[in-house]
Amino acid sequence: MPTIPASTVPVWNLSDYPCQRVHFDEMCSEPGQTRPHWQHLLDALQRMGWAELQNRQRESRRLLRESGVTYSTGGDEAERPWQLDTIPLLMSSSDWLNIERGIAQRVELLNLLLKDIYGRGEVFRKNLLPPELIYAHAGFQRACVSVPAPGGQHLHFYAADLTRAPNGDFYVVGDRTQAPPGAGYALENRIVLSRVLPSLFRDTQVHRLALFFRSLRQSLQHLSWRRHDDARIVMLTRGAGTPNYFEHAYLAKYLGYTLVQGADLTVRDGRVWLKTLDGLQPVDVIFSCMPGHLSDPLELDPTSAYGVSGLLQAVRLRQVTLINPPSSGVLENRGLLQFMPALAKHFLGEELRLLSPPTLWCGQRKECEHVLANLDKLLIKTVTPMSGESAIRGWTLNAIEKETLRQRILSRPELYVGQEQAKRSLAPVFVENRLEARQLVLRTFALYADSDVQVMPGGLTRVAPSSEQPVISEQDGGLTKDTWILASEPENRATLLPANDMPSNFSIGRGELPSRVAENLFWLGRYAERGEGITRLLRALLRYLTEPPEELEHTANSLYSLLRAVTALTETYPGFIGDGSPERLQAPEAELMSVFLDAKRPGSLAYNLNGLLFAARAVRERLSPDIWRVFNEVEDNLADLSQRQAKFSGLHSFFTDTSTDILYPALDTLNTLVTVFAAFNGLSQENMTQGQGWKFLIVGRRLERAQLTTHLLRATLCQQLPYESLLLEQLLLICDSLMTYRSRYRSQISITPVLDLLLQDETNPRALSFQLERLQHYITNLPRDNLFAYKSQEERLLLEALTQVRLADPQALAEADENTQFRAKLDQLLVRLDRLLPAISDALTNSYFSHTDTPRQLVPYDSENAEVEA
Amino acid sequence: MIYRITHTTHYNYQDHVGLCHNLACLRPRNTSMQICKNNHIAIEPTPTLQTQRQDFFGNWVDYFAVQQPHKSLEIISVSEIQINAPEVLSLLTFSPVWESVRDQLDQDTSNAGLEARRYRLRSPFIEFHPELRDYALLSFTPQRPILDAMRELMSRIFKEFKYDPNSTTIVTPLTDVFANRRGVCQDFAHLAIACVRSLGLAARYVSGYLETLPPPGQVKLRGVDASHAWFSIYVPEQGWIDFDPTNNQIPAHQYITTAWGRDYGDVTPLKGIVFGGGTHTLMVAVDVERLETE
Repeated sequence: MPTIPASTVPVWNLSDYPCQRVHFDEMCSEPGQTRPHWQHLLDALQRMGWAELQNRQRESRRLLRESGVTYSTGGDEAERPWQLDTIPLLMSSSDWLNIERGIAQRVELLNLLLKDIYGRGEVFRKNLLPPELIYAHAGFQRACVSVPAPGGQHLHFYAADLTRAPNGDFYVVGDRTQAPPGAGYALENRIVLSRVLPSLFRDTQVHRLALFFRSLRQSLQHLSWRRHDDARIVMLTRGAGTPNYFEHAYLAKYLGYTLVQGADLTVRDGRVWLKTLDGLQPVDVIFSCMPGHLSDPLELDPTSAYGVSGLLQAVRLRQVTLINPPSSGVLENRGLLQFMPALAKHFLGEELRLLSPPTLWCGQRKECEHVLANLDKLLIKTVTPMSGESAIRGWTLNAIEKETLRQRILSRPELYVGQEQAKRSLAPVFVENRLEARQLVLRTFALYADSDVQVMPGGLTRVAPSSEQPVISEQDGGLTKDTWILASEPENRATLLPANDMPSNFSIGRGELPSRVAENLFWLGRYAERGEGITRLLRALLRYLTEPPEELEHTANSLYSLLRAVTALTETYPGFIGDGSPERLQAPEAELMSVFLDAKRPGSLAYNLNGLLFAARAVRERLSPDIWRVFNEVEDNLADLSQRQAKFSGLHSFFTDTSTDILYPALDTLNTLVTVFAAFNGLSQENMTQGQGWKFLIVGRRLERAQLTTHLLRATLCQQLPYESLLLEQLLLICDSLMTYRSRYRSQISITPVLDLLLQDETNPRALSFQLERLQHYITNLPRDNLFAYKSQEERLLLEALTQVRLADPQALAEADENTQFRAKLDQLLVRLDRLLPAISDALTNSYFSHTDTPRQLVPYDSENAEVEA
Repeated sequence: MIYRITHTTHYNYQDHVGLCHNLACLRPRNTSMQICKNNHIAIEPTPTLQTQRQDFFGNWVDYFAVQQPHKSLEIISVSEIQINAPEVLSLLTFSPVWESVRDQLDQDTSNAGLEARRYRLRSPFIEFHPELRDYALLSFTPQRPILDAMRELMSRIFKEFKYDPNSTTIVTPLTDVFANRRGVCQDFAHLAIACVRSLGLAARYVSGYLETLPPPGQVKLRGVDASHAWFSIYVPEQGWIDFDPTNNQIPAHQYITTAWGRDYGDVTPLKGIVFGGGTHTLMVAVDVERLETE
């Protein structure tokens, strides 16, 4: 075995690492001097060498990508891939002990403060807090006053952002109490890094995270007002495309909770219910992943489209526990930092363990004057952490900017704080064959239950985007690190969980399929099938155009038929059917490429693929990693397509003959997509539990395939063509039935056997009757009210469709009128099916997905119908 | 004086409503000047659940949910209120200068002071604007007694603004009301509150009813009354003093208070979320009857 010459193995040289004393360096106490708890890691890295470390980094990227870890701040922005540095942040057990104690104290303190703010208001009477700091804060929810909480405890899940000062002390720079994001990402980081550095992780005594999540599960169970053993717990999210949705889906899957959106829940009889296919199921605890004010449009933010009407009343009636309650948003208030030391003395009789950088709330006259006088030395922040807004560094402003800021503060002083900049600590980041020292912020998580605070032994470490750029924004995913808390005593290991961090397989309970999820799976099936159908049709056409068959003069009509089928199938009129179609039929390339690539054009392939991805994201927690790998492939192809499209539209304006430049690569992409769809079909058939959700996926697919086949046949075969065999061959190819045909009929391709094979052959998985027969099978087995013995609407429609197809006589269907060459019987049948199939879809929607009554405000913050007082 | 107030709200929906959740702020509270002797809220169709509680401001709020399909919803609140003769007028002769009230509020941690500090800031319907502050300062001249200044500001609003039910809606911004010099009672109350709060003083929104009397010799018609709104400002030692800018008077025995809050949004008589129903029509009728005179 060849060995790598020693000279090419880069050797770890600590003196290359820029250790400096202005900031605290987590790894080095001074240049060339490693802190003891890093030594083991550094030795291991040195043995590994840069090249190997780079391999590991690639491996980590691959793993993250495979599990589809993305980060989104919501809005129009696409989800971004998550970034994890291969070098963890190490924390010694003595440092951690300080953090743990400090966080535990802070959680207790904040809980007492929360209770007091919404209760007796001692802090105001004793002059410990100016009431305006609370009353002016957007997180103060007046509706939450005297809302009960189990055990009188209001704060359950908490996160703090910590930085470390040059002297080694930790500072709290932010409190997060409303669905603190990051714990799921920290978990994912750990799972990936422990796979990338398995032996290092094994040999280093690192505290495991699983126990924390196990405690979380247990305590949520206990927070139910009524049932402790089998409380139904759901995670409430705003849904795909909203901030941190990936994490919600990830945690729901990990913890075994049903992930729901507001519309999946309803309040009746003062209780909260989950709307499932099996009817309403009571919900006992809601782990909310949305800002508190959005959770109930009746009593909180009336404009919220994400909440559950009547939720707060159900909480008030002690029928459901909401974690954290919406009241907790008031603690996400930077103005509180100024008062925390005094509050600790008042509530706990203790000194505050974790301080914050000196902070002044501008809502007070003297403090405001001080901040304005020292603008160029201070960080100016809003009291509420606002999305997209990062701290203003006063010293970077010019005179005009400074004056603008001064005016802004003066007009709303209560919204601002001035803060001395905390110097953050540095940690090594692996960048292109060297270690770079970058600033970091550590987010720690805590759970408060049964009067006991548990701090997650780890956390989400976020590092600055470069060594020059110190800003780590509130929202930005950026580069992260796993956080390893080193255990001081090795014997602790015996009590830890097995190396695999996943808890035992908590399956998502049966009878808990929210109807929204069923609907999304149904559409996922439909989009996948439609995508495949269009792909196959386009592929056939591009092949035809790139390698035209001989006897072109006889086959032009077949080509036109297929082109018209493209327009009919994708409903991208006028296309090859309406206005301007004669010209397009002569030079079809541009229109075909547009139907292929134009994501903004409803019906196009790219548009459908986007729909597919959207539906898939909405049910992320129900899909396996393998299926995600397939969707990643779709996404890559999509990205590739849009680039091509940009290129193509550019070229097209300059050249008239671009066919081969564009068509060949497009054909390649279509071939890849056909394989991708095949993989998805295989995985969904073989690797998904065939429960109710799966049934909806398959029903969607079968229904869509039936509809596509109907459209395709109608567009191509109703009008008989003089030289039809070429068209028939293409149709068999598009329907993946050419091989079957050849093996079965061994004859020239002709219309009657083709109709038999594509319409009636119930053993051909591409035949229309096969789709209908399967649909009948699944739909009969869907859950329903057993009160009615007679068949449901969808069953009756389906029976009619199937009977029509079964009874048809292929010979008669193939007959064309001698004068007009029109196949009236075939057209009649297909027209009928074209009515029945959408009706079946509507009937299914009515029976299973009809939760779509959207809530409206009776009285209005946006209408003119209000009752106006005289 | 005892009044009986009947406040009827009736919604008709185009389609069936499958479920609605509602909050009603229709049960008058007790105040230093009135006692709510009796109140009953009748709802048709009968709600599956109806509970009442006191909110952050001390008002009575009823939550109810109707869970069976319905095409109309009727809420009738009947209250009997005893009004005690007000002592306000005598107090108006003396009050502290407004600047000292403002400064005192900054530090006031007495129960009454803390209560007042809930009503000093912006709120959803109360935005601050320099022009409103300037408008207020014309009356709130330096070292002027607060009630004296307030009374003048009230009468300026009364004289300079036209009562016009067609000029505004619930969502008309204050700046429009100010620019067009038109509005209804809640606009004038909001306007005055914004003026006063922008000076650092405490002011709250009061919703209730005003007894209207028929012209001499005529019989009073049913349903002609309406809910009304005015505002109140805080004066240390003296408490909350009401002002009605719509009628340019200090509310006395013909005024019945239902609830108060920072603005209309806190005391909306009826709000709710409905599922289904399509478009709706709304009918509101209020009767204020005298039952007896002491």
